[in-house]
Amino acid sequence: MTTTTFRIWRGTGNEGSWEEYPVEISEGMVVLDAIHAIQAKHASDLAVRWNCKAGKCGSCSAEINGNPRLMCMTRMETIDTSQPVTVEPLRAFPRVRDLVTDVSVNFRMKKSVTPFTPRKPDAADGTWRMKQEDVDRVQEFRKCIECFLCQNVCHVLRDHHKQDEFIGPRHFVYTAALEMHPLDTADRVSDLKKTQGIGYCNITKCCTVACPEHIKITDNAIIPLKERVVDEFYDPLTKLFRIFKPRKKTEA
Amino acid sequence: MSSYQTHEFDVLVIGAGGAGLRAAIEASSTGQSVGLICKSLLGKAHTVMAEGGMAAAMGNSDDRDDWSTHFADTMRGGQYLNDWRMAELHAKEAPARVRELEAWGAVFDRTQDGKINQRNFGGHKYRRLAHVGDRTGLEMIRTLQDHGIHQGFEVFMEYTVVELLKDGDRIAGAFAYERNHGRFHLFKAKAIILATGGVGRCYKITSNSWEGTGDGHALAYRAGAMMRDMEFLQFHPTGMVWPPSVRGILVTEGVRGEGGILQNSEGRRFMFDDIPDAYTHQTADNEEEGWRYIIGDKEARRPPELLTRDHVARCIVREVREGRGSPHGGVFLNIHWIKEQLKDGSEHIKKKLPSMYHQFMELGGVDITKESMEVGPTTHYVMGGIQVDSETQMSIVPGLFAAGECAGGLHGANRLGGNSLSDLVVFGKRAGEYAAKHAAEQSMPTIDAGRVEEIERHALRPFETGGDGENPFEIQHDLQDMMQERAGIVRTEENLSFALDALTGLRERAARARAYDNRDYNPGWHTALDLDNLLDVSEMIVRSAIERRESRGGHFHDDYPQKCEKHGTWNTVVRMKADGSMERSEQQIPAIREDLQAIIEENQK
Repeated sequence: MTTTTFRIWRGTGNEGSWEEYPVEISEGMVVLDAIHAIQAKHASDLAVRWNCKAGKCGSCSAEINGNPRLMCMTRMETIDTSQPVTVEPLRAFPRVRDLVTDVSVNFRMKKSVTPFTPRKPDAADGTWRMKQEDVDRVQEFRKCIECFLCQNVCHVLRDHHKQDEFIGPRHFVYTAALEMHPLDTADRVSDLKKTQGIGYCNITKCCTVACPEHIKITDNAIIPLKERVVDEFYDPLTKLFRIFKPRKKTEA
Repeated sequence: MSSYQTHEFDVLVIGAGGAGLRAAIEASSTGQSVGLICKSLLGKAHTVMAEGGMAAAMGNSDDRDDWSTHFADTMRGGQYLNDWRMAELHAKEAPARVRELEAWGAVFDRTQDGKINQRNFGGHKYRRLAHVGDRTGLEMIRTLQDHGIHQGFEVFMEYTVVELLKDGDRIAGAFAYERNHGRFHLFKAKAIILATGGVGRCYKITSNSWEGTGDGHALAYRAGAMMRDMEFLQFHPTGMVWPPSVRGILVTEGVRGEGGILQNSEGRRFMFDDIPDAYTHQTADNEEEGWRYIIGDKEARRPPELLTRDHVARCIVREVREGRGSPHGGVFLNIHWIKEQLKDGSEHIKKKLPSMYHQFMELGGVDITKESMEVGPTTHYVMGGIQVDSETQMSIVPGLFAAGECAGGLHGANRLGGNSLSDLVVFGKRAGEYAAKHAAEQSMPTIDAGRVEEIERHALRPFETGGDGENPFEIQHDLQDMMQERAGIVRTEENLSFALDALTGLRERAARARAYDNRDYNPGWHTALDLDNLLDVSEMIVRSAIERRESRGGHFHDDYPQKCEKHGTWNTVVRMKADGSMERSEQQIPAIREDLQAIIEENQK
C-alpha cells in the first residue's frame, strides 16, 4: 500500500483554500474512494456529491489534476501521483461548498427545449412501429448521464458566461435526441438559432473529449443541428421560397 | 428558536425515482398542487442503476405470453407470500405503463417487426423484459423526468425529510432540510406519497447508492404505519467482487439473459447441480437445450442460470463455502463463451451489454468479451416494506401512501428481475391517482408547532455533541459490517440474536454522533441523521428474520434450511408500540380468489 497526497479545494462559496490530506491507496481504487477515505478519517464535513459510484448517475463530476472527470470512474493507476493530486469543483458553475457546485442552471436550460411531441400512433392499439436502425442514432444521445462535464468545459459557458443565451452541449444532445426521434413532430430549429445560441458553438469539440459516455457530441448532435439551422435560415433557395410563400398565421 | 420556511401542497411526493416521478405526474394531472422532494439532484435516483429491463406481458417477443402467466411467475417467484391482488394488478397494468413510456419519448430496443423488443430474465417463463441495452433504468428515469418537468409540479432537489408530521391520526406534513445551506423546511400536505426506495446501505456489500438508507421505511414506521415482510432481502447473485473499491456494484442479470453462464473454479456449470422441484419442468437439463432457449427456440427450456435470484445466490455461496470459488471469493460469470456459438460474438456482447463492457473495462480492467467476470452476491433490494392497500397504495395511516421499493407486498419472499421497474410505474401511477383523490376530499391539516421544534432540536443534536461525540461514518461502517456478518445472506439463530444486542449498542453510539463546522452541504451531519433510519430498518430486518424459522425466498436460515408449509400462511408485520419499542407479529394471508388460484395451478403443470 502506498500513500498519496491529495490537495483538495475546501471552502464555502468562493471563500476557501487548498488543503492537503494523505490517503492510503489500495488496488483498484478510484478518486472517489480517496475522497471518501478523507471524509471518514480527516474531514467528515468534506462536501462531495455522488450517488451510484458506477459511472451511471453522473453526480460526481470534478476537476482532477485539472481534467474534468467523474471521480468514480477515475482509477488511481491512471493519474499522475508523483505530485499531490488536485481535486477541485467544476469551474463553470457557482461553488456551494468544497467539491459541490450549483448546477441548477442546467435544469432551467432543459426546460426551454420543446418537449417530445409524438406523431399519431401507427397501430389501432395505440402503439408505434420503429426499426432498430432508426432508434440506434437516438440511443447514442440517450446514453447521456447528465454529468454536465460537457457544459463545464464549453468555453461559451466556462469563459464567456453565456448561460442566458446558450443552452450548451448537453442540451444540444437533448435537442438532437428529440429532433432525430423517429416519432417526434415538433420543430426546434428556430429556438436553436434565436434563443438557444447554437451559433456560439465553434465546434472545438472540447465537449466530445470530456464526455464519459463517449457520445460524439459535436459530430453527431451539434453539427447536424447547425445544418438544420443553416437549411432553414441561410439557404438562399429556401429564403427565396419563404419570401414568396404566404406566411402561416402561426409564424406571424 | 425554530426557523424554517413553510410550503403547502395537496400532495407531497417524497422520492424522485421511477415511482415518485410517476406518482407526481399522475397527481399533477388531476389538477392538485404537487411537490416532489428529491434526496439528490433530479434524475440521479437509484432507478438509473436498473439495467436489465421492465417486465410486462406484451407478447411482442413471444405471443404465448399474457398477464396470467406473468402473475403466476410473480407468485411462484415470491413463494406465495405476495399480496396476490397487487400481483394481479401489476401483471395486468404493466403493458400499458410500458407503452405510456414510449408515448412520452422512451426509445426501447425493437423487434424485427418494429415493436418493443423483450428479453429473457430469471423466473419469467417467456421473453418479457422491455429494455434498452443494459441501461433501461436510465431510459425510464430520463423519460419520466423530461416529461415530468412540464407537468407543473414543483421540484425540491437535495432536500432530505427528517420526520413526518401528523394531525391526530392522519398525515399532516413532512419536516425536511435542504442540503446546500442546511436550512429547514416544513411541508404541509393533505396526502404524502413515500417513494424512497431501498435499504441496501444497512449492509457493507450492496449495489445501492448512498441514498438507500431506508428513509421511507423508517419514516412510515415512526409515523405508525405497518411494515411487512422485512426479513426478505434480495441478495442479487451477481455483484462485482474485485477490486475492493467496486465490491457490490451490480452486474446485470441481462448477462445471463444473453447467454452468460456461471462456472466454479473447476470450470463446472454448477447451476445444473441443484434445480428446485418447482422449476424442474421448465428448466433445461443440458447445455445444448439451454443455449437453444437463449436464441429463442420456443421448444427449449430455460438454462438454470435463469432460475430465481434467491436460488442462484445461494448456489454461489455454496460453491464459495465448499472451496470452489474464484480467487477473490466469488464465482465466474462467462459471457465470452457465446463466441463459440455466434460468429460476431464480441460485437453482440458490446451491443447488448454496453455498460457492463464499459464497467468491467474501466473499473476492473477486464475485457468481458475475452475473460470471465468474478461475481458474488450483493445486497440489492428489499421485498419488505410499508404495508399498503392493494388498490390505492395507502398505508394504515390516513393520507400516507407508498409506492415502489419502499412499499411491500408485490414481491412476497423474492422479487423477479424486471418486476421492479414495472412495479415503480404501475404502483407509482396508482399512488398518485389515489393520493390526489384523497387530498381532494381533505382540508389542510394543522401542524403541531411544538412537535416541529422537537424534531428540529433532534436534527441539530449532532452539532451540540461536538468534539466529545463519535464519528458518524465509523458508526455507520460498524453497523454495515455487523449486519453483513450477522443478518446477511445466510442467517442463524445465534447470529441474529447477536445482531439484536449489537443494535442496542449501536443505538447508544448513534445518539452521540457528532457533526462540526457549518450546516452547508455537510455530509458528516447528514450521515449522523441517516443513522436513525438505518438502525430502525436494521432492527425491523433482524426482528422479522429471527422468528421466521424456515428458509424461503430471500431469507435463508442455516438452522432451518428447508421451506416449511406452515410458515407459508402468514406474513411478518412490524409496528411501533406506544412506548416506542418495536412489535413483531404474524398476519394471516387472506384467501386467494379462486380464479387466481386456478391460474397458479394451471401454470404449475
